[in-house]
Amino acid sequence: MPKPPVPLFCGVFSDEDDTLEATKACREAGFEFYDVYAPYAVHGLDRAMGLPFSKVTWVTFCFGALGMTIALSGMTYASWWDWPLNVGGKEALPFPAFVPITFELTVLIGGVCTMLGMFAMCLLFPGKKALLLHKGQTDDKFVIALKKGENFNEQKAREIFTRHHAEEMHHRDSHYNAADEPATGGAA
Amino acid sequence: MAVHVYSVTREPLVVGKKTLHEITHDVCHSIEGKPSMLWWLGFLTTGGIAAIGVITMFYQMYTGIGTWGLNKTVGWGFDITNFVFWIGIGHAGTLISAVLFLFRQKWRTSINRSAEAMTLFAVLCALIYPTIHMGRPWIGPLWIAPYPNLRGPLWVNFRSPLLWDVFAISTYFTISACFWYIGLVPDLATVRDRAKHWLRKIFYGTLSLGWNGSVRNWNHYETAYMIFAGLSTPLVFSVHTIVSFDFATSVIPGWHTTIFPPYFVAGAIFSGFAMVLTLLLIARKTMRLEAYINDVTLDNMAKIVLLTGSLVGLAYGTEFFIAWYSGSLYEGFAFINRATGPFAWSYWIMVSCNVISPQILWFKKLRRNPWVLFVMSIFVNIGMWFERFVIIVTSLHRDYLPSSWAYYKLTWVEYTELIGTFGIFFFMFFVFIRFLPGIAFGEVKGVNKFARHDDHAHAEVKHA
Repeated sequence: MPKPPVPLFCGVFSDEDDTLEATKACREAGFEFYDVYAPYAVHGLDRAMGLPFSKVTWVTFCFGALGMTIALSGMTYASWWDWPLNVGGKEALPFPAFVPITFELTVLIGGVCTMLGMFAMCLLFPGKKALLLHKGQTDDKFVIALKKGENFNEQKAREIFTRHHAEEMHHRDSHYNAADEPATGGAA
Repeated sequence: MAVHVYSVTREPLVVGKKTLHEITHDVCHSIEGKPSMLWWLGFLTTGGIAAIGVITMFYQMYTGIGTWGLNKTVGWGFDITNFVFWIGIGHAGTLISAVLFLFRQKWRTSINRSAEAMTLFAVLCALIYPTIHMGRPWIGPLWIAPYPNLRGPLWVNFRSPLLWDVFAISTYFTISACFWYIGLVPDLATVRDRAKHWLRKIFYGTLSLGWNGSVRNWNHYETAYMIFAGLSTPLVFSVHTIVSFDFATSVIPGWHTTIFPPYFVAGAIFSGFAMVLTLLLIARKTMRLEAYINDVTLDNMAKIVLLTGSLVGLAYGTEFFIAWYSGSLYEGFAFINRATGPFAWSYWIMVSCNVISPQILWFKKLRRNPWVLFVMSIFVNIGMWFERFVIIVTSLHRDYLPSSWAYYKLTWVEYTELIGTFGIFFFMFFVFIRFLPGIAFGEVKGVNKFARHDDHAHAEVKHA
C-alpha cells in the first residue's frame, strides 16, 4: 500500500550557510521538517534539524563483536579442539598468534555490516527510484521541506525562507518527483 | 548569517571561484562526452600490454614455474617481490581516504577517489602473483577450505604469517572496496540526475541506490563514513605489518629483524604516494583538473613523500647499524653482501632512487613543479620495486652453505608478466576514469569555501 502523500512547503537555497541558518530558524519557530536535502554533507545540518545521532555505530559494534567471536572460536576449534597439529613445537592455543586474524575478521565483518546497515537504515537499495523535490538537489541546490500540518503558518515560513535568501519556494507533496518533470525549474 | 573565519595564510583548496555547479560539471563532463583520442590511445595500449601479460601467465601455468628464473637457493624472488610491491602501492589510497580524513586534511578530497580506486587495482595486481605461483591455482580453493582426507578434516595453520596475510589482504581489499563505494554513492546520484541516455540512467540509477541527498540519510552516511575511516586506519597499518611478518618471523639473516613492520609501512606509503603522483599528474593534465589537483595538493603530497622517503632511508641505516651492533656474523655478512656483493647494483639503485631523489623536495619550488614531481615519482616507483627485490633476493642468494650460493636472473616470462601487470593496472584505471567520477566532487564541494575570501552573491528570490 503506498503511503498517502504528505503536503509540503519547500524552500530552495543555493548556499550551505543560508540553508543551515534557515533550518535552525525553522526549528526554533516550531516547524515540522519533512526533510532537508543537500548535495553534499553539510556539517551540523543534521543537528540543526534536531536529528539524533545515528545508531549505525551499534551495528558496527555488534557485528564487530560477532567477527571477533567467530575468529577466536573458529581458530580455537580448528587448531586446538579438532586437530592440534605440532608445528615446530609451538603451542596449540597461542593467543598472540591469533591476534592478527581476530583483528582482521573483526574489521571485515564489522565494516561490511556497517555498510549494509547504513544502506538499510537509509532505505537505500539497488533499483530504488530517487524522489527529488528539486532537480538540482544532487548538484548545487539545497531544499528545506516543511510539513504542512494543522497549524502550518505559511506566512512565517515564507518570511524565514526569504530572510535566508531562498531562491524559490514551492508547494509540493511527498510523492512529487522533479526528475519526472520535462522542463527545469518552474514555480508552483 | 554564519560567521566564517578565514585564514590569511592558507591557500584555497579549489583554485578559481568555482560555483557548485561548475565543480559538478568539471568532473562529470569527462565521463559524459565522447572519450578523447588520448583516452583511446591509453586504453588500447594498456589493454594490449595487459593481454600480453595474461597470455604469458597462461603460458607459464601451462609450461610450469620453471619458466621463471628461480632456483633452489633463490626460491622466492619474482612473485613475492611483485606481490609486496603492488600491495605497497595499494597503501596510499586508504591512507588518503581514512587517515587524512581523521586528521581533517581537507586537501585530500580532490585525490581520495582515484587514490582509492588505485588501491583496489593495485591489490588485484598483487593477488595475481601468489595465485600464479601456485602453479595449479585452480585447486587453490581446496587449501582454504578444510577438506576430508584420511587424517580427518585438514585445517590451515593459523599460526603462520602467510595465512595471516591471506586474511589481511582480503579484508583490506573488501573494506577498501566498501569505503570506496560508500563515497561514490552521492556522486553517482549526481551523475544519474544529469544523465540523458536511458542506459546511463539505469546504470547510474542502480549503482546510486536511490540516493536523493536527504539529510536524514546524510546523518547515517557521515557516521558510517567516520566508522569506516576509523576501521581502515588500523587496517592500513596492519596489512603491511603482516606482510612484513612473512619475512620477519623467519630466521633468514636480512629478514629476521624487528624493524620490519614500521619500515614496511613507511615504504608502502612512500611507494603508494609516488604512484598516486604519477597517475594524478597525468590525469590532471589530460582531464584539465588543475583547479582541483593544484599546487596545494601537490605540495602536501610531496611533503608526505619526503617524510616517508626519509623514514625509509633511516630504516636502511638502522638495519646496517643493528647488523653490526648485534655482533651476529651472518647478519653482518648479509648486509655487507647487499651493498658490495653481486647484487650491489640493485642495492645502489634502491638507495639512490628512494633516499637521494626525494631530498629535492625540501625546496618548495620543486614541490610545486609537476614535471619535477613526475620524474621523481617514477624514480621512487623504480626504487621501491628494487627495495623488495633487494630484501628478498640478496638475503637468499648467499645462504649458510657457500656451495649452494647462486645468482638470480629474470627470464623473459618474468619481465613480460611484470610489464603485463602494469598494463592491467593502468587499463583498469583508464576504465575507471571513463565510467566513474574520478574526483569525489561531493566532498570537494564541502571544502570549496575553504580559505576563500569572496562574498557570496545571492540570486533573486522567486516567490511561489
